Amino acid sequence: MINASLTELRAALDTRKISSAELATLFLDRIERLQPALNAFITVDRERALDAARAADARIAAGTAGPLTGIPLAHKDVFCTQGLLTSCGSKMLSNFVSPYDAHVVSLLKAAGTVMLGKTNMDEFAMGSSNENSHYGPVRNPWDTGRIPGGSSGGSAAAVAARMVPMATGTDTGGSVRQPAALTGITGIKPTYGTVSRYGMVAYASSFDQAGAFGASAADCALLLGAMTGFDPRDSTSLERPAADYTQALQSGASATTPLAGLRIGVPEEFFADGLDDDVRTAVEAALAEYRKLGAQTVAVSLPNARLAIPAYYVLAPAEASSNLSRFDGVRYGHRADSYSDLDDLYRKSRSEGFGAEVQRRILIGTYVLSHGYYDAYYLQAQKLRRLIAEDFRRAFTQCDVIAGPTSPSTAWAIGAKSDDPVRMYLSDIYTIAVNLAGLPGLSHPCGFGNGHLPVGLQLIGDYFDEARLLATAHGYQQATDWHLRRPALAD
Amino acid sequence: MTTRDWEVVIGLEIHAQLNTASKIFSGASTAFGAEPNRQACAVDIALPGVLPVLNRGAVERAIRFGLALESQIAAKSVFARKNYFYPDLPKGYQISQFELPVVVGGRIAIQVGDGEQRYEKSINLTRAHLEEDAGKSLHEDFHGMSGIDLNRAGTPLLEIVSEPEMSSSAEAVAYARAMHALVRWIEICDGNMQEGSFRCDANVSVRRPGAPLGTRREIKNLNSFRFLQQAIDYEIQWQIETLEDGGRITQATVLFDPDNGETRVMRSKEDAHDYRYFPDPDLLPLVIDPAWVDQVRGAMPELPQAMRARFMRDFGLSAYDAATLTASREVALYFQDTIDAAAGQHAKLCANWVMGDLAARLNKAELEVGNSPVTPAQLAGLVLRIADNTVSNNIGKKVFDALWNGEGASADAIIDAQGLRQVTDSGAIEAIVDEVLTANEKSVAEFRAGKEKAFNALVGQIMKASRGKANPAIVNDILRRKLES
Repeated sequence: MINASLTELRAALDTRKISSAELATLFLDRIERLQPALNAFITVDRERALDAARAADARIAAGTAGPLTGIPLAHKDVFCTQGLLTSCGSKMLSNFVSPYDAHVVSLLKAAGTVMLGKTNMDEFAMGSSNENSHYGPVRNPWDTGRIPGGSSGGSAAAVAARMVPMATGTDTGGSVRQPAALTGITGIKPTYGTVSRYGMVAYASSFDQAGAFGASAADCALLLGAMTGFDPRDSTSLERPAADYTQALQSGASATTPLAGLRIGVPEEFFADGLDDDVRTAVEAALAEYRKLGAQTVAVSLPNARLAIPAYYVLAPAEASSNLSRFDGVRYGHRADSYSDLDDLYRKSRSEGFGAEVQRRILIGTYVLSHGYYDAYYLQAQKLRRLIAEDFRRAFTQCDVIAGPTSPSTAWAIGAKSDDPVRMYLSDIYTIAVNLAGLPGLSHPCGFGNGHLPVGLQLIGDYFDEARLLATAHGYQQATDWHLRRPALAD
Repeated sequence: MTTRDWEVVIGLEIHAQLNTASKIFSGASTAFGAEPNRQACAVDIALPGVLPVLNRGAVERAIRFGLALESQIAAKSVFARKNYFYPDLPKGYQISQFELPVVVGGRIAIQVGDGEQRYEKSINLTRAHLEEDAGKSLHEDFHGMSGIDLNRAGTPLLEIVSEPEMSSSAEAVAYARAMHALVRWIEICDGNMQEGSFRCDANVSVRRPGAPLGTRREIKNLNSFRFLQQAIDYEIQWQIETLEDGGRITQATVLFDPDNGETRVMRSKEDAHDYRYFPDPDLLPLVIDPAWVDQVRGAMPELPQAMRARFMRDFGLSAYDAATLTASREVALYFQDTIDAAAGQHAKLCANWVMGDLAARLNKAELEVGNSPVTPAQLAGLVLRIADNTVSNNIGKKVFDALWNGEGASADAIIDAQGLRQVTDSGAIEAIVDEVLTANEKSVAEFRAGKEKAFNALVGQIMKASRGKANPAIVNDILRRKLES
């Protein structure tokens, strides 16, 4: 059961091989066992989970179950959950119990999923290694001396270690795709505006997008399908016809060449200096496999992609500096014990409540928006953003999807990049451009690098092409078994 | 006060609270006077994760405003964040408009002064933009602490920015009054200044004629026309004195203290905020379809300026009368209804009654014209009877009182019931004149001795004897004929 796919779990629940309550207990016990080694969770709520599971069992008995009814999941702690701690991995919100559910949380609740807990994350989703959490670093199930990636590292590690069969995440600069790659699972970030941001604590509003983690593209299709849909409470939410991602998986041309006719664009820029050899080898092997499945690879160019990191590290901190202003110690969240006046209250509460990386980004953001610097930084970066989007537009005239490495390296040792923020930022070099353009992206496992550490392949789609990304990865996963490999953990 | 040798330059920023039922970016109520924080929802208190959604009604009101002032309605405008920390600003930023406001340009006519000194002037607008209000900090009642009330947070405001084209406090007040009347006329703001629905900031500077603009100081948050006038007058005087004493004006934001009538510095330019404006990524640019503007235009009421011109053209009213009648929409509509009921006749008489007796009675009773006990149709009925000499103007006042007190359904009914019809039968009047002359020989003698005043005394006696009903013109004729014969 622990390793079962969502479809298998559905069948087991529907045929009463197992009840939702039993399933929840199974995973809760596993969480309890593995949490000390992995630190993937901030909150586990057994009681609430079992209540939800029993309610799901009633639905199953009544014959009103949907595809995800009764299946356990975990939410990244960036999503507001009513009556439950919503910390964002920060001391600032270490006392914040949300009075309302995020849109994604209520959709998944309505679908009958069983939330087991809230996963650990880089503070306010700022980080690439999950070392920036007030609740301590998350550890990679493949090697607990290593990072799982970030910022949704808790969700990725939890799914990789099968503490839950599926989990939500958010992706502002790669925070779903990169940890999925580093922990050997599948993760998808849809087109900006596909999933409502209501109740998702904002880091950089024009980039933030919720995404799904699962063992496979098929699992991700089920979870993502239940998360999407127009929400009038989010002005950037898009009104689009409902997509059935699971249905779209079954579009293979033939069993032996399910991807015949698919044009995969391979950007030369993603294979230049900075890419580790073991990652390159695994990704190139995967591209060869894709060709075997009928796809055709074509060279494309994203000449401005190299500017993605500088543009991102102007725009995202700018938005963050403003988004995080509400954490002032006045209405909720951390407030300093003593202060001399209002300014002192702000200064102390925020200095104590925010960790170093968050403070660094607030300072950068404040600087680039300041009078006299705005034009040189913020407006310039917006121009780059448009250039990067234009690169993709041009590339998609030559291909259907773009493929390359998700991350330039496999998981690194905890602490290895902690003192060098720029090196840390460069680990998102292939994922960030996708957020700047607002495109959908997916990462799936495609082999192992040195030290038997997972390597991820990133697929980038044109706007609203999530279904094609999922179908492409699914085609690959039908022919390969990388997504079935599990880390060796003390069970 | 002397402004001798100095030129005064004033620009006004007015915050008009838009009368939408809910807030500009949330569904919470905007009603005034609730218990603190009872009308502040998750969005208003800025919980983590909440997002703003623009209220269409607020935009519709901005469009109405722009159309009324012949402004440009921007096809695309942008909401921006104005970042600063304050406890009554829950998000740490205010959502406003900065580089691209929804309303650009426009003008409004103002009437300044009274009588001979009265003149009209047109003031240009720079822009008007939509933004949200902040909450309130309550510094009393909390021993050693401050209270925060977020009921007002997120209330929609239209910030109306004038060009610096006013040159006296009188012009500034006239502008503010005209704007106040206009926003109520087009029903976008209730204009309640006590509740803060209409607040003025005044930018004031002085200069020698012909010199470049002086350094301005901004007087914040003036919530009455009287304070606006007093604050500007004080500020002008202070700036002139400072400059004449060889001092310099430094840019500052000041507050007016109504208790001592002075302005004091709230913050100087050195500690001015860097608001770090940038487009709000939570809101898409506001795109206004021309069809929407047309639709709003189609539903616009006749505007004061147009009504004023029409009253002068169609009814031959003076500019003064037309302006007075159109100072508020309620009065203008009352007048319009009255003259309609009078079949378009006797406009001046209608106007006099509306501006005179009716206004005085309403004022005394502290009633709005909309709640007048005398309806326009009733007033028109009275005007017609005065015009056709059924009653004199004086008896007309009596009839008006009776209508006010509900003593009859119409002027005609009251005139008949109370026997107030004017006597125009010269035989009957002559008999009364004879009676009065016989009883007042002394006055007759005085008149004949050349005291013209005695004539008036005799008229008074005759009118009294007729209980006011004798036609005064006929009385005059007969009396003069009798005395001079």
